Amino acid sequence: MTPILSTALDALVAFLIVLGGLFALIGSWGLAKLPALMTRLHGPTKATTLGVGAILVASMVWFPLHGGSFSSHELLITLFLFLSAPISANMIAKAYIHRRFRRCSAPEDVESDLPAPPGRGTDWATFGQHADAPADPSVSQNLQGPRQDA
Amino acid sequence: MIHRLLPHPGLSALLLALWLIVFNSLNPGVALIGAGFAVAVPLFSAPFWPERAQLRFGWPLVAYVLLVLYDIVVANFHVAKLIVFKANKDFRPAWLSVPLDLHSAEAITVLAGTISLTPGTVSVDVSTDGRHLLVHALHTDDPEGEIALIKQRYERRLKEIFA
Repeated sequence: MTPILSTALDALVAFLIVLGGLFALIGSWGLAKLPALMTRLHGPTKATTLGVGAILVASMVWFPLHGGSFSSHELLITLFLFLSAPISANMIAKAYIHRRFRRCSAPEDVESDLPAPPGRGTDWATFGQHADAPADPSVSQNLQGPRQDA
Repeated sequence: MIHRLLPHPGLSALLLALWLIVFNSLNPGVALIGAGFAVAVPLFSAPFWPERAQLRFGWPLVAYVLLVLYDIVVANFHVAKLIVFKANKDFRPAWLSVPLDLHSAEAITVLAGTISLTPGTVSVDVSTDGRHLLVHALHTDDPEGEIALIKQRYERRLKEIFA
């Protein structure tokens, strides 16, 4: 490999590492700075995926370049990250709306800006019963546990 | 016969590809064991998915993956700019209720994952009848436009992919 190409690839690796570090930093800064849980959730789900992604691409370029062998494991890390980031964000958001909007013991603590889904007899899945759920009310009681709100 | 042996050809191909990536080699021995698992795992796990999603493998699927990857990069710059340069009091977060035209659970799951990975939105919940998706937007001046963008950009393409 010509020295000039090698230098160019080194520069690319350096650029990707700096970019990745910058995005990881901004994502964490968003987590610390933003005002409420739902807005904070946006920092780690977005900025960090590109941060980690850039560092993984840098790793894929650097190791073959400097005598190591090509490794495909970075692709897997990226794939698993893209699978797990939305799911963990979804779980946090669901737990948040569940605790915040319907199950609060203090009524004045309940925000009312969560839109209800249009249509009769429907609700967001975390509050309601799926249409396929067993019709027996005692079963649903056992599944859901006691509701604290009226 | 081939259908009985390979009830989920897509899943089998994915498992084999993952196996080769994990071992980081194209060695025939590794590929043979991987192929064995790629056939066996869908056969033994078939009872878990009685209604298999009908996925069309083709150009729309490839185009969708490339579009989402591109949007993830753009979304990162967009959200990073908001976090660094926008004062907390100027943020206008919004809850969006996105009406769904998709029916299958798999298609809605892919849409929800896409929404979480792309510009300033996180999907939160689905309605009990599966007709609406609850989405939280970090900052939007035009909630209706945001909903229209999600439907136009992602849902329309997913309808082509999931038959």
